[in-house]
Amino acid sequence: MLKTLAKSIRQYRKTSILSPVCVTFEVALECILPFYMAEMLENIQIDNSLANIIKWGVILLVLSAFSLVFGMLAGKFAATASAGFARNLREDMYYNIQDFSFANIDKFSTSSLVTRMTTDVTNVQNAYMMLIRVAVRSPIMLVFSMIMAFFIDPVVSLVFLVLVPVLGTGLFVIFKMSWPIFDKVFKKYDAMNESIQENIKGIRVVKSYVREDYEKNKFANTAENVKKDFVRGEKLIALSNPLMQFCFWTATLFICFMTPMVGLTRGVEAIDAKMSSLIVYSAQILSSLMMLSMVLVMFSIARTSAERIVEVIKEESTLSNPENPVTEVKDGSVRFENVSFKYSETAERRALKEVNLDIRSGETVGILGGTGSSKTSLVNLIPRLYDVSEGAVYVGGVNVKDYDIETLRNHVSVVLQKNLLFSGTIKENLRWGNPDATDEEIVKACKLAQADDFVQSFPEKYDTYIEQGGTNVSGGQKQRLCIARALLKKPKILILDDSTSAVDTKTDALIRKAFKEEIPDTTKFIIAQRVSSVMDADKIILMKNGTVSDVGTHEELLARNPVYQEVYYSQNKIGNSEAAKGGEDRE
Amino acid sequence: MNKTEKKGGTLAILGRLLKYMFRFYKWELAAVIICITINAIAAISSSIFLEIIVDEVIYPGIESGWDAVKGTMLNIGLIMAGVFALGVICSFVYNRIMAYVTQGFLKHMRLEMFNKMQSLPIRYFDTNTHGDIMSTYTNDIDALRQLVSQSLPQMYYSTVALITLLFSMLQSSIWLFLVVIVGCVAMLFVTKAVGGKSAKFFIRQQRSMGKTEGFVEEMMNGQKVIKVFCHEEQSKRDFDKINAQLFKDSENANKYANVLMPTINNIGHVLYVLVAIVGGLLVLAGVHNLSITGLEAEAIKMGAIVAFLNMSRQFTINIGQLSMQLNSIVMGTAGAKRMFELLDQESETDEGYVTLVNAETDEKGNIRESATRTGKWAWRHPHKADGTVTYQELKGDIQLFDVDFGYVPEKIVLHDVSLYAKPGQKIAFVGATGAGKTTITNLINRFYDIADGKIRYDGININKIKKADLRRSLGMVLQDTNLFTGTIMDNIRYGKLDASDDECVAAAKLANAHDFITRLPEGYNTMLTGDGANLSQGQKQLLSIARAAVANAPVLILDEATSSIDTRTEALVQQGMDHLMEGRTVFVIAHRLSTIQNSDAIMVLDHGRIIERGSHDQLIAQKGVYYQLYTGAFELE
Repeated sequence: MLKTLAKSIRQYRKTSILSPVCVTFEVALECILPFYMAEMLENIQIDNSLANIIKWGVILLVLSAFSLVFGMLAGKFAATASAGFARNLREDMYYNIQDFSFANIDKFSTSSLVTRMTTDVTNVQNAYMMLIRVAVRSPIMLVFSMIMAFFIDPVVSLVFLVLVPVLGTGLFVIFKMSWPIFDKVFKKYDAMNESIQENIKGIRVVKSYVREDYEKNKFANTAENVKKDFVRGEKLIALSNPLMQFCFWTATLFICFMTPMVGLTRGVEAIDAKMSSLIVYSAQILSSLMMLSMVLVMFSIARTSAERIVEVIKEESTLSNPENPVTEVKDGSVRFENVSFKYSETAERRALKEVNLDIRSGETVGILGGTGSSKTSLVNLIPRLYDVSEGAVYVGGVNVKDYDIETLRNHVSVVLQKNLLFSGTIKENLRWGNPDATDEEIVKACKLAQADDFVQSFPEKYDTYIEQGGTNVSGGQKQRLCIARALLKKPKILILDDSTSAVDTKTDALIRKAFKEEIPDTTKFIIAQRVSSVMDADKIILMKNGTVSDVGTHEELLARNPVYQEVYYSQNKIGNSEAAKGGEDRE
Repeated sequence: MNKTEKKGGTLAILGRLLKYMFRFYKWELAAVIICITINAIAAISSSIFLEIIVDEVIYPGIESGWDAVKGTMLNIGLIMAGVFALGVICSFVYNRIMAYVTQGFLKHMRLEMFNKMQSLPIRYFDTNTHGDIMSTYTNDIDALRQLVSQSLPQMYYSTVALITLLFSMLQSSIWLFLVVIVGCVAMLFVTKAVGGKSAKFFIRQQRSMGKTEGFVEEMMNGQKVIKVFCHEEQSKRDFDKINAQLFKDSENANKYANVLMPTINNIGHVLYVLVAIVGGLLVLAGVHNLSITGLEAEAIKMGAIVAFLNMSRQFTINIGQLSMQLNSIVMGTAGAKRMFELLDQESETDEGYVTLVNAETDEKGNIRESATRTGKWAWRHPHKADGTVTYQELKGDIQLFDVDFGYVPEKIVLHDVSLYAKPGQKIAFVGATGAGKTTITNLINRFYDIADGKIRYDGININKIKKADLRRSLGMVLQDTNLFTGTIMDNIRYGKLDASDDECVAAAKLANAHDFITRLPEGYNTMLTGDGANLSQGQKQLLSIARAAVANAPVLILDEATSSIDTRTEALVQQGMDHLMEGRTVFVIAHRLSTIQNSDAIMVLDHGRIIERGSHDQLIAQKGVYYQLYTGAFELE
């Protein structure tokens, strides 16, 4: 895990090293300062001439200035290094996600990826800053202060040899005992917040069933539970402060008693200055132990986050380009040979079972079937969004696995069932299909998709800004824009996965008519719920439980297939002829 | 002007926060205050003891040797031990109490907010994003914990320490104290400049973080579209820009925060040197000491200066501690402010006095209130004037007269809507998104109140009916299914909390949900999480129908789901709804016309007005908008 994380430091290696170096100097100076302060007191007591005082003052000021410079540099480097590290982590995750296959994408939920890229990275960033500042500072501070203390008075300083292990063990035991409690509470805490979220989302249900009091009681229990566990952990943590003070005051008492005793019996100079600097050192020694225990807590919190980040960085795409990829798609013919497909290797259910199909270039293919009949799975194999488990899919006579993926997908354009527009102008959204598309090409594609009319009716026309999630256009408009976007690729194969469900039947018919007239050479796959959307196709594929149950034209199926008949008649009670006449399109 | 106002705001929030804390934990906090005071004084006392030791032990000891002063030292040592022991005990007590108080207080705040939230009108949830409300429970509570558990005690501790030090320094030497004041001013200045910069960038960092979050969310949501269009490289470039900005802000925020501590520390060092130099000069010049007790006869001694140096060091350390709390105070009060805003929201008001009671009819046909569930309901109507109570059977007759309504007063979205639903009738609403279909149902259950007109339920003005009872008489199946974490059984039982398992199963059967539930490995005990993430959309709808079925209300409001489900499941859902509708007054908001042909009346809405009304056959014959919708010439959504 650490190795994977370390790879993300990259250009911030320099600052990551400079920071602890500066910290070291800063700490060294901070440790020397009290010593020189004591020296100065000692010296000016003996020789309190102006020159002497100024001499010592200058020495101390210079030391302090250096300490300040190193301290500031260390802080600056640490800020850059940790913010940079966080930046690289986000970048590495994001870049890797861009390389994910559909199977990889299915594994992670959007919200979990968002949390990983924000909260989790922030946790690791804070821990990293701790690592290169405090985790370096504390042990050095501990050692240096000990050395200085022994240098000042080896006898009195023996007290530290007792107190450091006492405090260290004490803090470690507190951490060891409280951490498992917190680890558990954090999970409960998350669960509690999730239940609040659920309540907010379902507030209409709560209110219509008059369950306010029920929800209050439920929440009161949860909150009490979380509180109890937190208190259990916090009570342990609450011991560390008094323990620390106990050690510090024990040290102070010992120093205050022993320094005069040792000093007076041996006739040492400046006992008072020694005493005060020893007290300063004892504060530094013990507080650095305290800091170390904080580092420990911080790392424990960050560990889970780091694991979640590494999981994304290390996720390997299940699809890769072949060695010598084919970079040209000859035509729009599609052939399925004994294709079976499972969503994961361990899945028991086969989403597709031994499918055989042969589609000529330029044909229009309708696909009908209930939910779970694997219509989407079938078409997703054509642009190699997933790999087949058995058998093979051929596009233009070549196995899709032999194509350069980008080439293949540029020629096989899919309008996904869950289609999305992104925040940006209509034009920007359409250019996803082709970044170099001219305005004329865009208008042409929109005319084909019957989108031009309503786009022209917007005050800003093609520069209309689409809100996140496309909330400011209607469902039918969104679908037509998505079709136009796919058309801009000028694909050899066009797949519409239930992409006109919200479009009225008249417009739907116009789109199909335009397809027939304007892009006759493009192979078209149309998945639909409405029979009217596919009845004039060259072939209609009926899917059932992952198998192709029948293939034929509308007339053939209507004559022989009872399922098709049932669906057709249930959807056409008034008679479809009237639908074609219709009224004007009004939006 | 503005600035003082802002400061007043922060102080006012802190004050209110303290008032809240004291309301719940008066005695505990009193104990904490006493303990921190003693603890802080005990900590400061060590420099006073140091001065005493220098004066009483070391100087005499240099003259007469250790043995002569041993007794004095022992006495001082014992007193010190006593003071320190008291300090440690106090520290133990207040830390322990604070652990309890912090978590308890957070729990109280959470409960207050949650309970308040349950009482807020739907308007609140429609006008605030769920993310914003949630962040009060997560980010703001976290900031508050930091403030309550760390910053407030630390601030109080440092203040006590500073005051104590102030007095002992004044006691010791006013000359040197003046030097310390200069240092303090410098420190405050630096804290304000550097800390202010840091706070500014932390706020910017928060904003960039929000931006990143929004961007990542949109992209991750559309990741499959990105793949299909081979848009990966462009998406990486877009991300780089946002990521770089976040890096810059985060770097700056941390830089200033990191620089603050060494700067304050070293100002402390410089101050120490200055005090020493000035002290040395005073000794040199033989200046008489000035303290609050007056000008002393003797010249300043070096010992006094050594002790003073310790005090000045502690003084600067405590100021440093105070300045370190700046960020947490800013964040914590901002969080508390948002929490108070939620708590200050106005609750849903309810002037209704007509209640819904179980009823039974006696031999003479009079309706009587019953203590047990009879399956029959009546409106209990108390009359204030003469103190009598009348009962009226609950039938499910709903009438709207000339109703106008707007979510905001300036924009009326429903105009002159009148309609009558007799008990057992099925009324359907049809129209484009935004035509006002859902709005009408929002008015019947009083999620919102009408601006003008009248709504009558069994002849009673619905404003006179207690909201809880009104809603209990209305079954709702909403567009968004909203299931809760718990078993399937729990979710069905949500409709009627005291329903037996058998009742729930019967409701599931009625709703056509029984089949799929029994096919799940755990059946009715299947745990649902994340709004039923493990179920399909159709299955979730079936469950929400079962939930309404078990509630068994005489009037139903059905908002059909818009998302496409396949024909077979749709037929199941439809059947379930049909079962549920039998014998009830029903309002259906239709998204598919196939489901409403058998309605008693269909209302076609356009821009908040009913433009056509009648049965299916009448409307088809009329060849108006409904006819065009039905033949598929218009888009419904």
